[in-house]
Amino acid sequence: MAECHPVGFQWVMEAKRRGATVIHVDPRFTRTSALADAHVPLRAGSDIAFLGGLINYVLTNELDFREYVVEYTNAAAIVDQEFQDTEDLDGLFSGFDQESMTYNPLSWAYEGARATAAAGHRDMPKPEAGAAAAEEEAGAGAGEEAGSGGPPVPGKPERDPTLQHPRCVYQILKRHFSRYTPDVVEQICGVPKDQFLQVAHAVTRSSGRDKTTAWVYSVGWTQHTVGVQYIRTAAILQLLLGNIGRPGGGILALRGHASIQGSTDIPTLFNLLPGYIPMPHAHHDETLEEFVESDAGSTGFWGNMRAYAVSLLKAWWGPHATEDNDYCFGYLPRLTGDHGTYRTVLDQIAGKVQGYFVIGENPAVGSSNAKLQRLGLANLEWLVVRDLQMIETATFWQNAPELETGELETERIGTEVFFLPAASHTEKDGTFTNTQRLLQWHHKAVEPAGDRRSDLWFYYHLGRRIRQKLATSTDPRDRPVLELTWQYPTEGDHDEPSADAVLREISGVDADGNPLPGYTQLSDDGSTACGCWIYCGCYADGVNQTARRKPGSEQSWVAPEWAWAWPDNRRIIYNRASADPDGRPWSERKAYVWWDREQGRWTGHDTPDFEATKPPDFEPEPGAHAQHALAGTDAFIMQTDGKAWLYVPTGLLDGPLPTHYEPEESPVDNLLYGQRANPARRLYRHPANPYQPRGGDTFPYVFTTYRLTEHHTAGGMSRFLPYLSELQPEFFCEVSPELAAERDLEHGGWATIVTARTAVEARVLVTERMRPLRVQDRVVHQVGVPYHWGPNGISTGDAGNELLPAVLDPNVNIQESKASTCDVVPGRRPRGPDLQRLVADYRTRAGMSGSTDTATNGATTDSTTTDGAVMNRRTGA
Amino acid sequence: MTNQLYGPVDDVAAQAGHADDHPPRVGFLTDTSVCIGCKACEVACKEWNLVPEDGMDLLGSSYDNTGDLGANTWRHVAFIEQAAPRRELVDLGMPGKGPPGHVAEGLPDAPPGGQQTEQSDRDVRWLMMSDVCKHCTHAACLDVCPTGSLFRTEFGTVVVQEDICNGCGYCVPACPYGVLDVRPEDGRVWKCTLCYDRLSDGMEPACAKACPTDSIQFGPLDELRERGAQRVRELHEAGVEEARLYGEDPNDGVGGDGAFFLLLDEPEVYGLPPDPVVTTRDLPSMWKHAAAAGATAAAAVIAAFVGTRR
Repeated sequence: MAECHPVGFQWVMEAKRRGATVIHVDPRFTRTSALADAHVPLRAGSDIAFLGGLINYVLTNELDFREYVVEYTNAAAIVDQEFQDTEDLDGLFSGFDQESMTYNPLSWAYEGARATAAAGHRDMPKPEAGAAAAEEEAGAGAGEEAGSGGPPVPGKPERDPTLQHPRCVYQILKRHFSRYTPDVVEQICGVPKDQFLQVAHAVTRSSGRDKTTAWVYSVGWTQHTVGVQYIRTAAILQLLLGNIGRPGGGILALRGHASIQGSTDIPTLFNLLPGYIPMPHAHHDETLEEFVESDAGSTGFWGNMRAYAVSLLKAWWGPHATEDNDYCFGYLPRLTGDHGTYRTVLDQIAGKVQGYFVIGENPAVGSSNAKLQRLGLANLEWLVVRDLQMIETATFWQNAPELETGELETERIGTEVFFLPAASHTEKDGTFTNTQRLLQWHHKAVEPAGDRRSDLWFYYHLGRRIRQKLATSTDPRDRPVLELTWQYPTEGDHDEPSADAVLREISGVDADGNPLPGYTQLSDDGSTACGCWIYCGCYADGVNQTARRKPGSEQSWVAPEWAWAWPDNRRIIYNRASADPDGRPWSERKAYVWWDREQGRWTGHDTPDFEATKPPDFEPEPGAHAQHALAGTDAFIMQTDGKAWLYVPTGLLDGPLPTHYEPEESPVDNLLYGQRANPARRLYRHPANPYQPRGGDTFPYVFTTYRLTEHHTAGGMSRFLPYLSELQPEFFCEVSPELAAERDLEHGGWATIVTARTAVEARVLVTERMRPLRVQDRVVHQVGVPYHWGPNGISTGDAGNELLPAVLDPNVNIQESKASTCDVVPGRRPRGPDLQRLVADYRTRAGMSGSTDTATNGATTDSTTTDGAVMNRRTGA
Repeated sequence: MTNQLYGPVDDVAAQAGHADDHPPRVGFLTDTSVCIGCKACEVACKEWNLVPEDGMDLLGSSYDNTGDLGANTWRHVAFIEQAAPRRELVDLGMPGKGPPGHVAEGLPDAPPGGQQTEQSDRDVRWLMMSDVCKHCTHAACLDVCPTGSLFRTEFGTVVVQEDICNGCGYCVPACPYGVLDVRPEDGRVWKCTLCYDRLSDGMEPACAKACPTDSIQFGPLDELRERGAQRVRELHEAGVEEARLYGEDPNDGVGGDGAFFLLLDEPEVYGLPPDPVVTTRDLPSMWKHAAAAGATAAAAVIAAFVGTRR
């Protein structure tokens, strides 16, 4: 966190000064470790075992916050008797289909809920549609669509509040994690037992009525084939300890860029609409009603999804969206499967994609197995790159490594590249949404120089010009574009659209155009328009609430008047859980919101995340809808059952509980199960994306990629600036003195790092901060590979991400870039075709043929192409 | 007030001739116990003061690729990796750190940021410190400057006026900390001005403004000295016995620094001189010696002539 989020880390330092204990769990000793009370090095890719060990510690010693757990989580819910755990099936849950490598989640349901659950899986094809369809749709990252609340389950499950029923979630959890003992943690993670127990003591002692513990993670948790389940494991632990919805608790996701939270809220993701409304799938003749029904569930606040969806459609198509035409629901694009970045790139290589926009991203050096990206870019008709600097993605045709090896030739690349300089955040108005869901407005400080323009300018004028070109079209397929609400005021010499007007549209208006106060005012009859329901109210009273900057010293410690947090300016969501079931604070010290009996309403330091006047003892009428179906103790109001889910009966593609699986490429077998890696992980079989086989010692070392404070991601914002480049002028790798001795690596010299994809060269930093770990009776060395570099700019070097395979988490299509295996040898890498020969030699030694069939756990192989025919060339032949 | 070249000085600005209503002496307290080595100070300094880039060299010196203070580096973050024999883990329930009533628990008795693995018999510690011109009470650079380019500001800081600097370089060896440096491209001396221009506009220096963890604190020197002493007490209470101040003592060899430090180890570990002395301390006695030598020589010459006559 100190390394990549130094500004946020000031609050950790402040907490430490006030007595907080800071523990850093990370394969590497970083700037964060330097300031922490303790650093716990563990093997990259083993966090579920570590967190699972903590869960087991809590459950075995009955240290869970029992009242919280019984009342606010689904611990008491009874699960269907057909459910089988990984403990029963050696690493698989019930419902796995070996052929399609996907799960049918039917048997994971709550007891008695099976049939209904099957019908309501987020607008996905019905199970009877067959495994192939299920697989295709699974690729659409359906797990992600439950972004701001769980997917629907029908009504309330049967419960055993004593938690004794053998099939209640609590008992299932206990059995599931029973083998995650301190000894097993030591064996899998390389964390000594005594050190693990110290963490366990610290975490459990700092949780309860009077104390809370927070977990903070970054992409070190998300970028794995089991990334979602990493977070789930932390969520289970935090729920067992009562650390969610309470001050000082929670799980904080540190994002990789300034507004990544914003870019999922108002998504740049292919499978989501604003506010985590799922993108509809390509069914025939599906109505809005059917879409909402299959997605929303009828209870919890998602029960109002129709109001959110209709308001969105009204914001986009205005007067054209009427009840008669289903509010233009048919105008929305439809999903036909996986359209994630890696699938798209393979489709580019296969010649199925003509044009590509790359905005503020540098995939040619930043993505896993960056070669795939460049092969894709080289096979387009046109490419638009908008960036602050002339990044490698815009110059791949000039200096891709494949030109040197002869795999590509500039003369034969037909892609027409348009580079458009972009305005930086100081040159435009707008908001950043941070991980705390805080929308913070930034004002333009200076006019963008030269041809630089804001993204808003670009998209507004692109849309305007497209609409002009289509103006006379009578083709029905052009109606969605022509009928869009596209009237924004513009100003200045360059006709810059008003970001303020856009925010106003996002926040929403009533039928008379008056700003809406909040999302509870949204209506499903077309009388309200709102661009993103969770942001509704950020322009309440006609005031840009996100631009508020009242200093913390002039308001309460919750600081509600600094900027604006979604939803409804709540600083902690699910904060009903900060009070006990009767509505009293769990303790004086941790008081946050509570039930005021006299006034008959919820009150406190923050906006209560609960219906203001629903008393703690409220019991819903049978058959009630949406929030009216939630009881006064159902703190997790977005969930259909009002409970936080320790166990996920539906919605995840790789199991209802987290399970330790090894990364796709790992030096060891799975100590716990026969199933080595996540069975539902997303593999992309392609000659240019080979996976290393298990076992053998060709690639004996673990490596992990990461960022340094001095640079930003793939370097577009830092490698071109002298003041930042001089601070970390070259690509380097970090190794322990032991590994340096084993491989004759010299401090300050060169090393070549090799994987089945390619080899890169880096300067060597030998440092005591890298530690060999003892894992399952062997010593595992880890190599640190910061990934900022590429050939352009002032600070240059090979791109570390060239080394990685493209293999993804199935739920959210995130690549595994934090744990893989490699070899390291002293000296610089070979040049030209010799580089390919070196890698080919390694592949042969690893027992890999020219094909990509690398014995990855029974996965089917659909490609027998050899390396020679990588691309189906679209142009330039 | 008489001129002094050594020992405590109550009011350096007044001593330098500034009127009585001059602002209080200001400086930096750089608290290395919260420094995260982000180098924002280096960058902010360069941005504000338009200091040129200082070379694209990978030094192999931990994460430090700046190397040292110089004409083109006015803030420098040092990174010190230390491996030490492993300390024994002690039992849990470490007594509270922090304000009364709060109890922090369950941590091994490791040094701050200590790393321990069973496979190893050593701990690792990573110290970071942002170094800067000390703005000494007795600034030898200023004493030896023949052009008056170096001067004491009304804030008690020491600043080079580069438009007067003739590049003689006398100040370079005079500095006991090795801060002063000639920029080869233009032959003149450049160093930290404590953002004299910003101070004049009531703003804090760029490095302090940019520091995310308040490792670099700016303010009236008296206040900073109190804050520093308080912080050392806090750290000692929390078991960080290595914490100490460096350069805050008016009785030290430079009369105390305007920019002083809270360190977690001996100054040498950070590349700082353990006992710096203003190089002009002995100037008066040197002049006396020189005068005596001159007088002796003159006497000898006279004696010689007198002898000849005789």
